[in-house]
Amino acid sequence: MSLNLKSSNVATRENRIGSITGYIGTLSDLAEQSGCGTLKGCSRCFSQSSTCLSSCALGQLSAIRDVAIIHHGPAGCSVASAGAYYLDKVMAKNRGVTNNTVYIGTDMNEKDTIFGSADALRRIILEVNKRYSPKVIFVTSSCATGIIGEDIDSVIDDVRDEIDVPIAAVHCEGFKSRIWATGFDISDHAVLSSIVQPPKQKRNTINFKNFYESARLEIIEIFKNFDLKPIFLYCNSTVEELGHISESLATTCICGTLGNYLGNGLEEKYGVPYIRTINPLGIAGFETWLREIGRVTERREAVEKYIAEQRAIYIPQIEEIKKELKGLTAVLGMGPGYTFEVSRVLNELGIEVVWALAWHYDKKYENGDVPPSMEYLLENGVDFEASVADQQNYEVMNILHKYQPDLYLSRHPGSTVWAIKNGTPAVYVADEYMIFGYKHTLEFAQSILDSIHNRSFEKNLARRVKLPYTDWWYQQNVDKFLEEAKK
Amino acid sequence: MAKLLDKQRYKCALGAMQTVQAITRAIPVLHSGPGCAQKLSDSIGSSGYFSPNIFPCTSINEKDVVFGGAKKLDTTIANALKVIDADLYVVLTGCIPEIVGDDTAEVVSHFEDSEKPVIYASTAGFKGNNYKGHEQIIDAIIDQYLEKSEVKEKGLVNIWADVPYQDLFWLGNIRELEKLIAGLGLTPNTIFGYQRGIKNIDRIPKAEFNLLVSPWVSVGNMKKMEKKLGIPYLHYPTLPIGAFETSKFLREVGKFAGVDKEKIENIINDHENYYYYLIERYADMFLETRVMAKQFSVVADAQYALGITKFLVNDLGLVPAKQFVTDDTPKAFQEQIRKDFENLNYGLKAEVGFETDGYKIHQEIQSHDYHGYPLILGSYYEKELTEKMFGHFLNISWPVQDKVVLDDFYVGYTGGIRLIEDIYSVAVQRWN
Repeated sequence: MSLNLKSSNVATRENRIGSITGYIGTLSDLAEQSGCGTLKGCSRCFSQSSTCLSSCALGQLSAIRDVAIIHHGPAGCSVASAGAYYLDKVMAKNRGVTNNTVYIGTDMNEKDTIFGSADALRRIILEVNKRYSPKVIFVTSSCATGIIGEDIDSVIDDVRDEIDVPIAAVHCEGFKSRIWATGFDISDHAVLSSIVQPPKQKRNTINFKNFYESARLEIIEIFKNFDLKPIFLYCNSTVEELGHISESLATTCICGTLGNYLGNGLEEKYGVPYIRTINPLGIAGFETWLREIGRVTERREAVEKYIAEQRAIYIPQIEEIKKELKGLTAVLGMGPGYTFEVSRVLNELGIEVVWALAWHYDKKYENGDVPPSMEYLLENGVDFEASVADQQNYEVMNILHKYQPDLYLSRHPGSTVWAIKNGTPAVYVADEYMIFGYKHTLEFAQSILDSIHNRSFEKNLARRVKLPYTDWWYQQNVDKFLEEAKK
Repeated sequence: MAKLLDKQRYKCALGAMQTVQAITRAIPVLHSGPGCAQKLSDSIGSSGYFSPNIFPCTSINEKDVVFGGAKKLDTTIANALKVIDADLYVVLTGCIPEIVGDDTAEVVSHFEDSEKPVIYASTAGFKGNNYKGHEQIIDAIIDQYLEKSEVKEKGLVNIWADVPYQDLFWLGNIRELEKLIAGLGLTPNTIFGYQRGIKNIDRIPKAEFNLLVSPWVSVGNMKKMEKKLGIPYLHYPTLPIGAFETSKFLREVGKFAGVDKEKIENIINDHENYYYYLIERYADMFLETRVMAKQFSVVADAQYALGITKFLVNDLGLVPAKQFVTDDTPKAFQEQIRKDFENLNYGLKAEVGFETDGYKIHQEIQSHDYHGYPLILGSYYEKELTEKMFGHFLNISWPVQDKVVLDDFYVGYTGGIRLIEDIYSVAVQRWN
């Protein structure tokens, strides 16, 4: 990866790391084609709505404490401010802190699309600064401002002298990329370019990129065993804290898709090692990840001691529950940072993955390698049918209808409900720590078991609802609307 | 011109995809960026027969911005007709195609002869908010789908109210309005919610009149129907909540429809008897709740700000502090709405601010002396503010995080009782 912090623009995942959103085949074929460079994503001549990259970018930035987001666009773009307000309040309360982050819209109208609104934007920035004295101001674009060529960078340069805190342009036009995870990169880029300072001293901290820090206290306790302190990013982060992340011993992330830009950026720019193992989900994931942290931070012995102690507690319990899970079949649909990780855990638990959907696929990580989660599966002889679809629900339903698995697992809102309407029990793997470490792997296994044991809800519902797809669609192959990408 | 939208309480015009969604078996087909639908939806009953991730979408990318997205729209509609089992397909355009100039009307015209109707509405985000978008959808149905009917159905009344999903209580409210109208011996016709849909849309032209219950939303739609379909309309600007306003509502609608006066009074009498039976049993609680001041503020769209103000003043005897209307009410309607706020019992007048800047609203609330613990009915943004003022808070307007509503409602006599239950469920949790 070549990081250019002087430009406020970030290249999309498609252009940077060859990411795709359309593919149907098998895991081994996907890996092989990625490896030899022949993989080309398909496009679709019919698609359903998915997600905007600005939701990912600004969801991340608005979780930082006491900053201001100014979303320059029509009111629909900045509607995420309502959700951000709620999350900031409840997450801060959860942690016992306060968060006065504000997320402002500019309610752009038709005249603005013709004459531009740089002057109004300038006034809005100054007023927001006066009202709230935020610690950083992020000014972000939308599809509409992007197309009319509103020059946000110039407006920012213009007001910089009047504002005594960092101010950064965040370019997140929704049409730029079909891969919403590009938004994570955009937020990391903004943090790296406007907040992170060069290191002055090394600290015994580990940057831990996550979403909602539900396992924060637990991980603090685990890392005490190794004399390491995790800094959780970006939910409830302070600007002061972020200024120092270049001084950490390493960066790790609960989801490769979420963290790879920051991890690679900190490594490239400040030499902070980025932990690139499989993720700490399930047994193999947790151990591989801990050992790498031990290696990088030179704490191998403490890590081995911890692993041995914890194995003694949890492995017998996990082995016990596996007996009941053996032979179950599953379909899963998640972001690529989870699909192949969760597939591994399901395999560990004796559950057979019959089809795995990744909402997108990064042909290679920023360092040019095939994603480690995929490599691990293939090295261990696991292969299954796989597809890449940006939450295309009709494809998911077609697959569920044909395979009728025992279980559907998804991480994204609005997906599992369709499985249960199909009568398929579903597990919503929303919390990023739901399968973290031995303890949560055991809990995860138990929740799968609970979902299988009482199927009343989905059976009751499925019996009474009609599905919105035509019989015609269920008779088609799932790749019906995929088209070879025209280059 | 672009303005500072702080603590925003509405969406953009494309948010009217939720208006389409509220019509059973009608599906929005979005000509927009890939994430608009997800952004504009929230988990308040929007996962029905269709949910936002079922909505077909052209998912416009950089290439379409440069070369236009008409072809993609064409294949998206054609395949939506094959894949999705719907009765009505409504194409909604977002910002991008309207700026780059895609000819959506031309593409949609390819489907004139399709088995199921396909219509389109111009709902670019910069064209206005979702209240305006809602009107665009109704206009599209009138302009592109409905035909004038020479045959009228005796007593048939189309009822129109505020914006589905933006109004948390839309489903319960419209059902209760139907019941009230049916009580007068009329036949209500509505297009939103359970077991309503295309057959009700088909019935619209046969109605004797349109009844609009909203301070301003859909007034334009009523005029359009009057002109094109020859349907007269009654505009009742106040959402009737509680006995005082609901009785007034029944008298006015009854009179317009030519219902016998004595019959109307009998109906009202029955309703009020039960209403006051309930109130009487709880009157001690209203009077003796030690922790509620007499003054209140509502922060909501025009319909709830006005409807709740009238209810709390005329039914419960509270006194209005300043009220805030946050829906970006068009200037042309503001004066009339202001007058409605000034027409309260005992010559009371409520001051009203038409304000979309939440910061200013909070400043005003904080600086007002409510002479005790204030009652604030508003959006989730007012929760923390009210807590800081040791007041009572009820989340009645968007955004909603503090209340789950499946089919509850505030309209009518029963709705007034529900609102009292909600307010006092908050108040009784405190002693001093």
